[in-house]
Amino acid sequence: MAEPMKIRATMAGDTADIKVLMNHPMETGQRKDAKTGQLVPAHYITEVTATINGAAVLKAGMGGGVSKNPYLGFKVKGAKAGDKVSVSWVDNTGDKRTDETTVG
Amino acid sequence: MNALRRNVLKGATGAGAVAVAVAAGLITPTRVLAGAPRSAFEAKNLADAMKGMGLPPATDSKDITIKAPDIAENGAVVPVEVTSSIAGTSAIAIIAEKNNTPLVADFEFSGGAQGYVSTRIKMGSTALVRAIVTAGGKTYQAAKEVKVTIGGCGG
Repeated sequence: MAEPMKIRATMAGDTADIKVLMNHPMETGQRKDAKTGQLVPAHYITEVTATINGAAVLKAGMGGGVSKNPYLGFKVKGAKAGDKVSVSWVDNTGDKRTDETTVG
Repeated sequence: MNALRRNVLKGATGAGAVAVAVAAGLITPTRVLAGAPRSAFEAKNLADAMKGMGLPPATDSKDITIKAPDIAENGAVVPVEVTSSIAGTSAIAIIAEKNNTPLVADFEFSGGAQGYVSTRIKMGSTALVRAIVTAGGKTYQAAKEVKVTIGGCGG
């Protein structure tokens, strides 16, 4: 099971500022292991989706070019304190993870 | 749904075919213009990545702000923040031109999400970081050069 994400959602005026920190190695499949000289197999997040109170707000596609332990920040207008934010990702091996928080 | 879109795009030889598909209600316009199929992420150069995303050539826009360091000491972690003040921004794609696979990430917004995204990317070498914005069926772009002193891709 993948490590949990850290999600923080705060209100700034009428806009929710949402920051997500995912735990993932994000291997591109192009890097060589320093000891064995073998290519490290690709292992990266391919898709991230975010919803507020069940309604989709963000859908992201990612390649191996996103840094290890991906950070993602986005803003949603019209959200309110207490709204439920849910973020999910799927990686290229089929592993997935969903975490939730409330807008504070 | 994704499989359908891919087939439609694959089968389309020109914009005409896509327009027919749109008219037939098979796919909505935003779906055609935003949301890159996986093949775009494997494209080896900028032109192929753009083609893979099914985007028309973009026009330069001053309403897109890319916040990234002028010089990144570590190419493995380059913070990039893109803000689009173009009305009706529905998607932002981030491209690092000289990476082995230039398309880094694409973001589709809905339900009140603003034309803003902040993330961290890897860069293999000094290159232009390009933001491609889709708004109201049109494509806009902006670019910023980031100098990389230590590459973050490959060993």
